[in-house]
Amino acid sequence: MSEFKVHHRDGDGFSVIELKGYLDAHTAPDLETTFQELLGDKKFNIVVNCKDLTYISSAGLGVFMAYIEDVRKNKGDIKLTNMSPKVYNVFDLLGFPILYEIYKDEAEAVNRFKQSRKV
Amino acid sequence: MAKILKKTILSDTDNLLEVREFVSAAAREFGFSDDETSKIALAVDEACTNIIKHAYKNRPDKTIQVAILRHPNKIEISIIDEGEKFDPETIKPLNLKDHLSHYRRGGLGVYLMRTLMDQVEYHTLSGKKNEVRLTKFLEPLRSSTRR
Repeated sequence: MSEFKVHHRDGDGFSVIELKGYLDAHTAPDLETTFQELLGDKKFNIVVNCKDLTYISSAGLGVFMAYIEDVRKNKGDIKLTNMSPKVYNVFDLLGFPILYEIYKDEAEAVNRFKQSRKV
Repeated sequence: MAKILKKTILSDTDNLLEVREFVSAAAREFGFSDDETSKIALAVDEACTNIIKHAYKNRPDKTIQVAILRHPNKIEISIIDEGEKFDPETIKPLNLKDHLSHYRRGGLGVYLMRTLMDQVEYHTLSGKKNEVRLTKFLEPLRSSTRR
């Protein structure tokens, strides 16, 4: 049985995806579906809260890579937050901090979206 | 003499968790740290995912044999499939910055395996079987043998 959950909630001008459990080749399609729904609804300011994410493989990381270009073309972004050291290490090994803004907590990422709207 | 643990799974991604748990338990028992165990499990996941996706073209009804060989100074994980042969020479060393700047999605699995493990070897076995062998040395021996 898959122990992976994706939950999404909307704020004022941004959306938060909460990940729970393990994100591998088996569960990555669930995250893809969520991204497809958000982009279909023209929601391009996306925070991914990884507080309860216990594991990620390149299949999971590939989902972020699949959507980041479209999101940024539409003046949005995918910001990642609340990673455990174990999960962050995998992102770091693949150089993700070069491409993605990674924050310690969700509030910081939300604040960045709010600040960029004021500019 | 190496102690061998074996498990055979079907090539369904639903079985990746089982393989990770199998490998993690063995690595932990062998004395690898939590951090090292995580790396080993992730490397095995990446290898199995590649087999499912590329060797077996996502067919879920094929078999993947995972064997863990525990030597006094290292752990070797042999992963065998009967699908399409993978030629590691076709995978050039990844330039991460270039790869990411072009938003390329694939190709990260092999890079991760090579980064996480001390040795990654590909062999063709008799009976049209393919093997990827992942090796990790116990801490004190790693710096002199890594390639």
